[in-house]
Amino acid sequence: MDLGSLVQPLIGGILIGVSASMLLLLQGRVLGVSGIVGGVAIPKAGDTAWRVAALLGMLAAGGLLWLVAPETLNVTAEGPVWRYVIAGLLVGFGTQFGSGCTSGHGVCGISRLSPRSIVATLVFMAGGMITVALFRMLGGVP
Amino acid sequence: MKLLISAFVSALVFGIGLGIAGMTLPAKVIGFLDITGNWDPSLAFVMVGAIAVHAVSYRLITRRTSPILTTKFQVPTRRDLDFKLLAGSFVFGIGWGLGGFCPGPALVSAITLHPAVIVFVVSMIAGIYLNHLVSKLGQKGG
Repeated sequence: MDLGSLVQPLIGGILIGVSASMLLLLQGRVLGVSGIVGGVAIPKAGDTAWRVAALLGMLAAGGLLWLVAPETLNVTAEGPVWRYVIAGLLVGFGTQFGSGCTSGHGVCGISRLSPRSIVATLVFMAGGMITVALFRMLGGVP
Repeated sequence: MKLLISAFVSALVFGIGLGIAGMTLPAKVIGFLDITGNWDPSLAFVMVGAIAVHAVSYRLITRRTSPILTTKFQVPTRRDLDFKLLAGSFVFGIGWGLGGFCPGPALVSAITLHPAVIVFVVSMIAGIYLNHLVSKLGQKGG
């Protein structure tokens, strides 16, 4: 791991932090993707429009990246379909049940020193690490 | 309208940040979680960068009496830990480790129409509905 390879994650992270600060300053809201998606999938009157706009923003970001930096979207995701079905179900269910994901808990929550978010982040990191380790142990290539 | 634009732009910056950070590369995410194998800790710097910015901004921004476009801050205030937080986060983590996607990056990558991403996103939405069903059943039983 050379220092150069840390620059992009750091810059990306800074942009993520800036975006969360933007939403907070402008609208007083937490930039939590699972909350945004959940609130669009199950709409609440009066609280959905901004979420749809945010969703469109993320899709637009994808479009922009695809045009100018497609290597950032190089999805090397091999494996059977069921892997992504189960992964999606677990992520969809878990983020709602646990009230957040890497953006909501990991960035926004930890930034305000929320005990819930600090613990949630440690727990989902552990869940991910254990899962990958198990995958390896069972002979799979993660 | 300003609310919609600000949500869109914040999310756009967020999505670009995810791309630059490498969060949209499932192989890189799994590498970050692969602590017993080929560990690539560089994604840790995404959170470092994001929190470094947002933790400081959060304090400054919430000194204001209100956000710029709305009348109040809507930031979660709960500080207690509960079963849902722990279980949900762990389940999310498993899904994250299995697929290498969390909600934001999956949506940003959707434009590629890579089958794994599409399957993941559709399944994630299904998982969201599953949680909704479970919570409704819980209400009826309780």
